[in-house]
Amino acid sequence: MLILECPYCGIMADETELTPGGEAHLKRATVGSTDDAFESYLFDRKNPKGVHFERWRHSAGCGKWFHAARSTTTLEVYGTYAAQVSEPPKELVAKIKKKCPGWEGWQ
Amino acid sequence: MSTRLESLGRLIDRSQPMTFTFNGRSFKGYAGDTLASALLGADQMMLGRSFKYHRPRGAVASGAEEPNALVGLGQGGRFEPDQRATTTEIFPGLVAKSQNHWPSLEYDIGAVNSLFARFLPAGFYYKTFMAPPAAWKTVFEPFIRQSAGLGAVPEEPDADRYEHLYHHADVAVVGGGVAGLAAAKAAAATGVKVLLLEQSAHWGGRAPVDGGEIDGMAAEDWVSASVAELEAAPNVTMRLRMQGFGVYDHGYLIAHERVGDHAPGEAAPRHRLWRIRAGRIVTATGALERPLAFAGNDVPGVMLASAMRDYLVNWGVAIGRRVVVVTNNDDAYRTALAFKSAGLDVAAVLDARASVISPLAQAAREAGISVLEGRGIGAVKGRNRVSGVLAVRQQGDGGAGEEIACDAVAMSGGWSPVVHLWSHCGGKLLWDEADAMFRPDPARAPSGADGAGFVLTAGSASGALTLAGGLADAHAAGKAAGRAMGGKASRKAAPKAGAEASQPIAPVWIMPEGAGPAKRAKMWLDFQNDVKVSDVQLAAREGYQSVEHTKRYTTLGMATDQGKLSNINGLAVLSQALSQPIPATGTTTFRPPYTPVSFGAIAGEAAGELFQPVRQTPIHAWHEAHHAHWEPVGHWRRPYAYLRGTETPADAVTREVVNTRENVGLLDASTLGKIVVKGPDAGRFLDMLYTGMMSTLPVGKCRYGLMCNENGFLIDDGVVARLDDDTWLCHTTTGGADRIHAHMEEWLQTEWWDWRVYTANLTEQYAQIAVVGPKARAVLEALGGMDVSREALPFMTWAEGELGGFPVRLFRISFSGELSYEIAVPASMGQALWDRLWQAGQTRGIMPYGTETLHVLRAEKGFIMIGDETDGTVIPQDLGLNWAISKKKDDYLGKRAQSRSFMASEDRWRLVGLETLDGSVIPDGAYVVAEGRNANGQRNMQGRVTSTYYSPTLKRGIAMGLVAHGPERMGEVVTIPTIGGPAIKAKIVDPVFYDKEGAKQDV
Amino acid sequence: MSDAVSALAGAAYEGYCQVSDAGLTGMVTIRGDLGAAKVKAAVKKATGVALPGQGAIVAAKGRKLAWMSPDELLLFCGYDEAPGLTAALTEALAGQHALVANVSDARVVLRVTGTQAREVIAKLTPADVSPGAFGPGQMRRTRLQQVAAGFHMPDETSFEVIAFRSVADYVFTLLSNAARPGGEVGLFDG
Repeated sequence: MLILECPYCGIMADETELTPGGEAHLKRATVGSTDDAFESYLFDRKNPKGVHFERWRHSAGCGKWFHAARSTTTLEVYGTYAAQVSEPPKELVAKIKKKCPGWEGWQ
Repeated sequence: MSTRLESLGRLIDRSQPMTFTFNGRSFKGYAGDTLASALLGADQMMLGRSFKYHRPRGAVASGAEEPNALVGLGQGGRFEPDQRATTTEIFPGLVAKSQNHWPSLEYDIGAVNSLFARFLPAGFYYKTFMAPPAAWKTVFEPFIRQSAGLGAVPEEPDADRYEHLYHHADVAVVGGGVAGLAAAKAAAATGVKVLLLEQSAHWGGRAPVDGGEIDGMAAEDWVSASVAELEAAPNVTMRLRMQGFGVYDHGYLIAHERVGDHAPGEAAPRHRLWRIRAGRIVTATGALERPLAFAGNDVPGVMLASAMRDYLVNWGVAIGRRVVVVTNNDDAYRTALAFKSAGLDVAAVLDARASVISPLAQAAREAGISVLEGRGIGAVKGRNRVSGVLAVRQQGDGGAGEEIACDAVAMSGGWSPVVHLWSHCGGKLLWDEADAMFRPDPARAPSGADGAGFVLTAGSASGALTLAGGLADAHAAGKAAGRAMGGKASRKAAPKAGAEASQPIAPVWIMPEGAGPAKRAKMWLDFQNDVKVSDVQLAAREGYQSVEHTKRYTTLGMATDQGKLSNINGLAVLSQALSQPIPATGTTTFRPPYTPVSFGAIAGEAAGELFQPVRQTPIHAWHEAHHAHWEPVGHWRRPYAYLRGTETPADAVTREVVNTRENVGLLDASTLGKIVVKGPDAGRFLDMLYTGMMSTLPVGKCRYGLMCNENGFLIDDGVVARLDDDTWLCHTTTGGADRIHAHMEEWLQTEWWDWRVYTANLTEQYAQIAVVGPKARAVLEALGGMDVSREALPFMTWAEGELGGFPVRLFRISFSGELSYEIAVPASMGQALWDRLWQAGQTRGIMPYGTETLHVLRAEKGFIMIGDETDGTVIPQDLGLNWAISKKKDDYLGKRAQSRSFMASEDRWRLVGLETLDGSVIPDGAYVVAEGRNANGQRNMQGRVTSTYYSPTLKRGIAMGLVAHGPERMGEVVTIPTIGGPAIKAKIVDPVFYDKEGAKQDV
Repeated sequence: MSDAVSALAGAAYEGYCQVSDAGLTGMVTIRGDLGAAKVKAAVKKATGVALPGQGAIVAAKGRKLAWMSPDELLLFCGYDEAPGLTAALTEALAGQHALVANVSDARVVLRVTGTQAREVIAKLTPADVSPGAFGPGQMRRTRLQQVAAGFHMPDETSFEVIAFRSVADYVFTLLSNAARPGGEVGLFDG
């Protein structure tokens, strides 16, 4: 039962107030994309042991989607941030790199 | 002989006697007694029979770890099986009965199982029942059914109520012994918010029984002073009778408060489940004493040494008048000394260690107790209770020894820290060679959101088994927890206790060391599941090397006590059998709950009328009053049909369909989703969401739309109305409102966040009433107000105005094929408008109709229903809905997916109508079969039925289905098998059965 | 508007706290860029209430304005004045990208009053409602057991709970059950 801070309303939200949305920062493939690229967009997901970027919605709260960076093993939450970005904030990436020297990066 | 003494008994109040019954017999106890202490005080040693062999059993422990003394408590709606007598507080009128015996506790037929013990070895169910096959039904199954199950199942609904409570604390301390109190005081001193909970009805844990001085006070006085100090602290919440039973991610702790068990009644909830979010959890859960494995260690009267001490000191109950103590460590000497000082006889202390010179042993000798070194028990004498022991050399095979008469045996195999809560969320253990125990490894704590360990252990739960060491450890843990939560530095000193010299434990698990097979088959490891040393050794011989496999093969530790007393002993025996060190064997996984929790507590208030929210429309009460036969649609309740007189639901549906086609019907459509989408980019946004073009919809008009997900599959449909230049109103299905609103917000917030669009889910703002049928217009005209003529309000348009004085939005849309109006009115006026329409329709044959009539009407018209014709794998093209897909758009959600090769294939099953040759109704969920069989021998399929009804209009069965190449096979007859009946022949036809031209709705 | 009736029809329950239907209440959803000066000014002008900050609720002139999300406010007002205020807000925000909707009928408002009101709410929500964590002037959107809800505290001993109309019965029963005598925890005593 995670607790994630909603970056919009500042609430430390209990997992029961949230709805998970899977991997963050997917790039939409659409008309004109190759079959492989489109299949990858629909189905290929990371399943890392360690640092993961996820989408969550504060559904029983302000209703906003946000992103969370957390470890799937230690459950450490490195940070949460707004959903209106196509990549994680640089400071956050730097912070995670510092904490996890062996981490291969977010992409 | 187990007796109540005149003295001792710090927890009981002899001025408050109370009576209760056990197996129908009346017993007397005192306020403060547990069921076990009261029964033992009355010499009721035998409290139940064992699960497998029905052996006589008495209490072996005094607390939550008790494996034997399980009873059925209460009666009727308050009966509950498998309750531990050791943690049940008595109250006047308590009713208890023992378990696993027939016809009586004293005389039990099932005990014959003991004679067949050699047929019931570890894994017997894998072996014994293999052959002959016929024996299964006649011999094995009846035998298993007769003997399986622990206790009896309650027969009446639970008469009690339960509730949850959410609580937030910086530091939660689990366990209210001296370690818990010290940790709570240290944490509280840093100023943070502390919750302290204790599973029993008393603070202080074992220390007042074990003695010792803390800060110059007797332990009991220190406990009282500490409780008073904590009670006065504004930042501390304390609860008794509450067990923290599970630790989960990010500091989530669940605790079970037994509010009413000790005082049953109607008013209070029986149990309360606390859902606690804590920054740090300090587990001061103590340690459990381990039994020793010797032949006959399950005979009533053999008890853990610490438990025997508890009964003596806490409840004034002497388990025996002449006791033998058997041990491999110092602690059991406290029991010998306690008995001696209470004026009871201690026949001997049998210590497995070769030479014992510790201060406690010296004190025993000085008290005149005979200490026999290098000894163990070779056998226990007595069947229903102990009559003596055979004292043998621990090093030997138990062949020869000295018989010692006694009526009770106190055993101690050392202590195991209660590491359950530490381990629930991933805390790791290490093997402590010196104290022969697994203890938490502080370097490998379960980590929380901040990346640091969020569980700390305190006192003997850490493995700090001495009073002084435990207090120092607990103080440090409490302080560290408080500081980690931002508490201030505190100079509060750790409580002090005198150091005690002790002699190390000898890692002895079975007695004697060289015991042969006959003895090993009488050495119990798991009392509750009847698992013996011989079973574990057999499992090892048969190749079960993993402790997890051995557990499941032998059922060791799988009973309701989850092996609290047996796990360590079992894996030590397994390790010996495998000739490997204990840490190489490891432990099984510790999972919540620590002790069984009532289903009621887990459900909380969610029972009866609060089981699940039922969504009601503003017209719900009217439906109820008019005999609605309800249908759940999502969380909504909608009338399926309105029953008149003796009608069946099917009769009612036929009447409602005919009446709506001939006169006029009234439908409560309030549950339909209504989402407003507004903004400069709203048209563009809706063009992406719907397969059709919504941006070109003129103001005042309505258009049917389909929504797909990125996989191309249909997720919803409904009519969209353009309200003004930059505002659209999207109707969704009943079940789709919240989901589609979330879908819109997801795309707006996470993909097209620069598009200027706002949405608002106004579903519940309006009651929506459909007036349907040839006389619908006449009904509306009777209300007076806005012009509802065909000219003023043609098909697929909407208008705002007043109708009978109500502010309404009126839509000319139809899901029935008839002349139809949907009227939206503020929900608070929904009932009033419905009443007016009802009155106005009286002379025109108006009848309300329900969801089933809605379904029949739409099926007759060949309209699809999301959830019937679609199932998450169907695309619009499958349903012949190409007309609702814009060819002009570059993109919409699902477009790319619909061009994938499988989606574009001509071989997909596609929508057709199905007309049975004999006019019968095809069963729901039927399949259309093809020639031949597949590799699994099943009939090949070529389609399935998605909707099937009796059509009162056509007076025959009609159906829709998805059939391979269906639209190209009009007129072909296909076969539809039924279950247990003859196959049905049906002709493939156009799915529109009624008014193909659509003339009737457009009038 | 005499035909309008509240979903709970004045229901009330007397337990160790009181639970009651607050009756028909005007509510208007305002969506817009709450950081934009023009939006702020328009809302202030039309409602007479200053804009609440993150997580806050502000009362003035018998109305209340609650912060619901970075681009959403909820105005509480008299039921009969809601249509007029909706129109006034729409008018004031014309030219801005905004959405104003009367939601008075979509929701119900319930009151929980009594010295143990916090405790009754704490039985149903994962939100921390202990003193210090939550109090008057704050607005919290969360869930009450199985349904979405919002609440604020008009004063130290009362809550106003907002829930969807269709689950009004569920929420009323839920709150009443939590306030049943015998269920006192004494969590926030003293």
